[in-house]
Amino acid sequence: MKYMLIMRATDEAFASMGQIDFDQMLETVGKFNDELIRAGVLVAAEGLDDAANGVVVDYSAEPPVVTDGPYGETKELFGGFYILNVASKEEAVEWAKRLPIQGPGFKTEVRRVPTIDEFPQDNPWIQKERAWREATGQL
Amino acid sequence: MSDPTGRAAVAAVWRIESAKVVGALARYTGDFALAEDLAQEAFAEALVTWPRDGVPRNPGGWLLTVGRRRAIDAFRRRAAADERYAALARDLGEGVVDAGETDPDQIDDDVLALMFVSCHPVLSPEARVALTLRVVGGLTSDEIARAFLVPTATVQARITRAKKALGAAGVPFEVPPPEERSPRLGSVLSVVYVIFTEGSSASSGDRLIRFDLAGEAQRLARVLARLMPGEPEVHGLLALLELTAARFPARTAPDGSPVLLEHQDRRRWDRSAIVRGRAALARAEKVGRGLGYYGLQAAIAECHAVAPSVEETDWGRVVMLYSALGRLAPSPVVDLNRAVAVSMAQGPAAALPIVDELAGSGALAGSHLLPTVRGELLTRLGRVEEARVELGRAVELCGNERERTVLQRKLDDL
Repeated sequence: MKYMLIMRATDEAFASMGQIDFDQMLETVGKFNDELIRAGVLVAAEGLDDAANGVVVDYSAEPPVVTDGPYGETKELFGGFYILNVASKEEAVEWAKRLPIQGPGFKTEVRRVPTIDEFPQDNPWIQKERAWREATGQL
Repeated sequence: MSDPTGRAAVAAVWRIESAKVVGALARYTGDFALAEDLAQEAFAEALVTWPRDGVPRNPGGWLLTVGRRRAIDAFRRRAAADERYAALARDLGEGVVDAGETDPDQIDDDVLALMFVSCHPVLSPEARVALTLRVVGGLTSDEIARAFLVPTATVQARITRAKKALGAAGVPFEVPPPEERSPRLGSVLSVVYVIFTEGSSASSGDRLIRFDLAGEAQRLARVLARLMPGEPEVHGLLALLELTAARFPARTAPDGSPVLLEHQDRRRWDRSAIVRGRAALARAEKVGRGLGYYGLQAAIAECHAVAPSVEETDWGRVVMLYSALGRLAPSPVVDLNRAVAVSMAQGPAAALPIVDELAGSGALAGSHLLPTVRGELLTRLGRVEEARVELGRAVELCGNERERTVLQRKLDDL
């Protein structure tokens, strides 16, 4: 079963990451990713650029209001994710506990990714999605 | 989570760490069977203390330290009777290793050696499967027993016997030297394949209590592909497992009956798995030593995976691949499949001689497969009377009730 590890952090926590030597951080994260590959569980992983460079689109009004980032409603900004293929929720949690960048203000949410089989199979869009995944190489 | 340090959490850590722990202990003590015992003792201790005191910061290191301590205790106990053990206990006691800082290449070698030892040819096929799942997969005996629908005691006995057999044969804990590696790798791949087929034939009804063996086999294949990237058959096996698993969502009808490939709703195939399988097959081909037993089967599975329908399948390529597979690993089932592919590529008249030759050789006698295919070919050739005889024989021989119904319907339609 697939799980997404959703990594979040406060402004302060992201700022503290700036204190870490960049090469050191690449090595730390790289070693962890290598562990996941070694264990045969890694499906996908991405990290996001600075939230300050992002844009927020708010649909509360008509037409939607576009403002520069960061996303201001919460102090817990979304910073990146992993998708792992594991045998249980507990395994996903165990990997989350081992994420290399930790400290005050860092949090990871562990959420199951439902498989396409859990959707109504007679729906034409669900059927299209399978073909679309193959055409785009989406895992 | 209601129980973040409960048994399930400890078991999850064990699944992630067990191969590394058993591997390191086997290298440390030079005794695979002892290492497995020590690792199980460490796991048992974790099941008692972690739920009480919390999971340690470095659980793998904790397990390894407990295992090492127990190894020294074991050697000290034996030291009274045997001076060699006294020396071992002294050496091990002095060699303090920081369990948290282990060399990744060493871990790779340990896990690979573990796979080769668990799948050693001196063991019975059942023992290889049980041992691999336990030491490399980190499954408990209970989980293995539930997966194979046998009593836990049977699994435990198999593992105990297997460890004795490895000890009696003096099997060293090592990755086999290059000249032995190829045949030994064949045994490892076949164990992973057996685990997969066991998992894929599991009825969906008891999926809740049965460990996902097919998924575990895919994980083991991924681990192997990472450890032996230069072996085309490792990638070939991974490709075959992914492409086969891709069909799982379409292989059972709503009433639970099996759906054969030609009747499957291809829109239900798992496209993500097809992408992964094709990527693995491309890696197998890229090695440049051709495709082997698993790679060829993966290539056949790929032909079906990329075809929008039965009619639009590249049957010519399927015929060629089955011919290659038949030369590499001759088998009447492969010949029969080739005959079916020939009938799709060139028509029933071209396929009939292949089937007749098979029938003449006495292969597959007592199986309904041969008369089923022959009846089908004769039907398409308009030789109704002969087809009726063949299909009648197929109905007689078919042990599966649902399949028999399908065959009976074909017979009635003639």
